[in-house]
Amino acid sequence: MSDQRSTTGAPDILGEIEAEVAETLAEEELPPGGPAYQTIGALLTLAVGIGGLVLALDYGLDSLRRPGPGLWPFVCASVITVLSVVLLVVGRRLEDSVAFSRASVLPAIGVLTFIGLGVLMPLIGFEIPSLVLCVVWLRFLGGETWRSTVLISVGTVAAFYLLFLHGLSIPLPHLLTF
Amino acid sequence: MDDFLNGFAVVAQPDTLLYCLIGVLIGMLIGVLPGLGPAATMAILLPIVIQVGDPISGVVMMAGVFYGAQYGGTITSVLLRLPGEASSVVTVFDGFALAKQGRAGTALGVAAIGSFVGATVSIVALSLSAPLVASWAVDFGPPEYAALALLGVLLVATIGNGNKIKALIAAAIGLLLATVGQDSFSGAERYTFGSLELSQGIDFVVVAMGLFGVSEILHNLEERHGKAHVPAKVANIWPSRKDLTEAAPAIGRGTVIGFFLGVLPGGGAVMSSLAAYATEKRVSKTPEEFGRGSIKGVAAPETANNAAATSSFIPLLTLGIPANASMAMLFAALLVLGITPSPALVEENPDLFWGVVNSMYVGNVILLLLSIPLVGIFVRILRVRPAILAPITALITILGAYTLNNSTFDVFLMIAFGVIGYLMKKGGFEPGPMVLAFVLGAILENNVRRSLIIFDGDPSGFVRDSISGPILAIFLLVALWPLVKTLMGRRAASSTTHDRDRDTAGV
Repeated sequence: MSDQRSTTGAPDILGEIEAEVAETLAEEELPPGGPAYQTIGALLTLAVGIGGLVLALDYGLDSLRRPGPGLWPFVCASVITVLSVVLLVVGRRLEDSVAFSRASVLPAIGVLTFIGLGVLMPLIGFEIPSLVLCVVWLRFLGGETWRSTVLISVGTVAAFYLLFLHGLSIPLPHLLTF
Repeated sequence: MDDFLNGFAVVAQPDTLLYCLIGVLIGMLIGVLPGLGPAATMAILLPIVIQVGDPISGVVMMAGVFYGAQYGGTITSVLLRLPGEASSVVTVFDGFALAKQGRAGTALGVAAIGSFVGATVSIVALSLSAPLVASWAVDFGPPEYAALALLGVLLVATIGNGNKIKALIAAAIGLLLATVGQDSFSGAERYTFGSLELSQGIDFVVVAMGLFGVSEILHNLEERHGKAHVPAKVANIWPSRKDLTEAAPAIGRGTVIGFFLGVLPGGGAVMSSLAAYATEKRVSKTPEEFGRGSIKGVAAPETANNAAATSSFIPLLTLGIPANASMAMLFAALLVLGITPSPALVEENPDLFWGVVNSMYVGNVILLLLSIPLVGIFVRILRVRPAILAPITALITILGAYTLNNSTFDVFLMIAFGVIGYLMKKGGFEPGPMVLAFVLGAILENNVRRSLIIFDGDPSGFVRDSISGPILAIFLLVALWPLVKTLMGRRAASSTTHDRDRDTAGV
């Protein structure tokens, strides 16, 4: 009996610790999204799988002796499709998704500033768009004071100018030339 | 032996030493600052590594970021109850308890010494074993590589955190993404949708920067807690002789556990820190002390995660198979610098191999110095608000992606992968297996197709081969293990009920 207890007790310590770790991490996490998130996730990967399968067939599978360009993608896409169906069936109650919240607007704005920088950099150089990105992130996304926003933004852009154009001699598109 | 000594000559070059110092400093910093992990930081640094140009310096720096982060992660765990790295989570229990008792310094000191011992013993073991493994694997052909890469992808997907099915789906999508572009065998275009840029294939630097770097930056924007944390005061960092005597056995066991688990693909630092903590609790005569400020509860996991971080270099440097996400980034760095990691690396590039291995001895000495006498500086860095660092990392990422090919296409593709990575986390998918599978995708496909040609289209050739056969057997074992475990669990449960029925029936 005591043997049995020690063998079942051994993995329990690791299990307990893992649960404790998960709890410690969960304190910082946002709430889970629920079954809708799981279903949408599985449907999206299923779509990737089916899309991949259809196109792979189009590229040609040929034979195992002479594998065609579509054979390997076909295998990968089949795995995605089958596992996505399994996930769709068994994964509805999983709690590993993270719900969108009002704070999700922040990353959306972040992405817009990224795209803005990508679009504007070749047109007007990296300095002004980078400065705008810093101001948006510090003042509006980060809640810094105007004073520290201005100081850090100007300092950061100047440091990047020196690092990329002079330190590493990388020809970034730029407005100012020294 | 000559090559080994030459490695030290390489590290002693001022350039290499400087990059080693920069690497471990960045690693320590990102370890201290909650937010970006080592894999994300290494992804963001990839364009800079390309600019460095010299493979040895570049890889020495990247390696420094990885093992430096293991040291830094301890500081926030102990002082703030906020693990900087996942591998330091378990240190929180006893580390923070010690800090509350005013013994934060002791906890940090023991952790630093344990980390140094674990890492150094692990480097010695790596120096001795890596050339042997590489010489065994040097004759590997396509079937062996295909089996090994497949096992690597599977292990990373199944051993890591999170749901296994989701991890496997992410890995399979990574493999599919790797097929985008021109097929190297037939020249046919796959999944390019007529785009000239995509016909060159997707650059893995862009994928890694997006899925790790940008997605983590976006995730942090949402989860930011605004204020900087005010850490506990740290005094008397040098542990007493009594503390060290108490911690020594834990450091020894942590080193062994860390070294062996680190070699396993997907195992690495996180799992070994948990296993080392669990072992200490199990062998202790006073397990109730754990979680209430046991010095062993800090020493064991911190030693193990550093030993594991070091030994996880073995599969990459000897077989060319990255064992975890950070190693995948190192793999990517080597590839962009024109070196394909393989068993031939020790023979063909002894300077690089031994330079990188030996830089770890130096790097760990630097880290020990940074962690004990200079710990006050890093504690002060904790006062920097996360909001200030966010735009700086964002800019490094965007400008870095642009410099890859001086094209905004890479920037937009990276942003797209960043958004995908962010949404994956929302849906409970980990981006790690996807990036790793993407990196291994081309190797896996090429070797499977070459093997099929060698076997004349007969897939049973993989099983009959004396090396790929056993590897595939392990693959099957790993793949089916969860199923077997569930079945065994059910059987055990039903037999217990059966026994109980018999007992109650008085048989």
